[in-house]
Amino acid sequence: MLTPLPSHLFTPEQPLSDALQITPLHTRLLNDFQRDFPLSPRPYLEIAEHLGVSEADVLTALSDLSEQDYISRVGPIIPPNQMGVSTLVAMAIPPEHLQRVADQISARPEVNHNYEREHRFNLWFVLIASDATHLQQVLDSIDLETGYQTLSLPLVDEFFIDLGFNLDLPHV
Amino acid sequence: MFDARDYELLAHVQLGLPLCPRPYEAVGTALAMSEQEVLERLNRLKQQGLIKRLGVIVKHHRLGYRANAMIVWNVPEHLIKALGQRISQFSFVTLCYQRPIQPEWPYNLYCMIHGKDRQTVLAQLEQLNADCEIEHLESTVLFSLRCFKQRGARYQPIDKPALVHG
Repeated sequence: MLTPLPSHLFTPEQPLSDALQITPLHTRLLNDFQRDFPLSPRPYLEIAEHLGVSEADVLTALSDLSEQDYISRVGPIIPPNQMGVSTLVAMAIPPEHLQRVADQISARPEVNHNYEREHRFNLWFVLIASDATHLQQVLDSIDLETGYQTLSLPLVDEFFIDLGFNLDLPHV
Repeated sequence: MFDARDYELLAHVQLGLPLCPRPYEAVGTALAMSEQEVLERLNRLKQQGLIKRLGVIVKHHRLGYRANAMIVWNVPEHLIKALGQRISQFSFVTLCYQRPIQPEWPYNLYCMIHGKDRQTVLAQLEQLNADCEIEHLESTVLFSLRCFKQRGARYQPIDKPALVHG
């Protein structure tokens, strides 16, 4: 019932000696269970029965995917600004100081998704704080610590309904 | 709306459900809540839209989706909602939102495209611009280069506000 997929669909970032051999079960778990994860006492068993494997197979496969960094977790996506306040921050940092400033920013617990992007504004990150006062304190503190100005771009409206990410894999 | 117990529950499960046969029971044990209460609360939070989706959260980059572009446009205010909704329908768009224009940043509509390579992403963007007839709008594309930190949004529990240093 589960047919193997061509291995070229998954090319790890760099060949790892312990790289996971991606099986059709991994593929199904990656692609088909990004939403509507069962809200029942034995969710992994429910998935297992759906896929015709054992509960232990599902748990092992998910744990392998997590260890090898293919998934970050099995959990909820919570819309922004429901629990606390968040903002997207841009900074224009001279390239020679980018790593240092990025490290200073990444070290803060309020920071997620800290990326370099190709632009004069080359550092982009998301800040999440418990309330607006706390958020402003963090912004001010980053300005002070790094010596560069933060540009805060808080969410006004969100249009996207997140249904997960279609991995463009052949359906098996 | 959600209460303090919902908040505690979300703060706990956002880090990931345990990989054991009865994950909701394990979550309940940690929070002194019954398995049934955990399930009821999560069900309600999902229905209320406070959980957008519940499931496997994949890492795009690891799965071969290496090109990540943030595209920003300067859209007249009265068109932004309709255009945002339109852009969200493209299968390759993974996020779409409005943010305020700033003096040094004249853009208000954002979308993300995750693709296998730059060429694919640029072709998809060209298609999007043409289909939505927005080629004339002021716009810029920012591909991501280095990732310094990536993790899911983590919210601070109400009773333990994060300390602000400096």
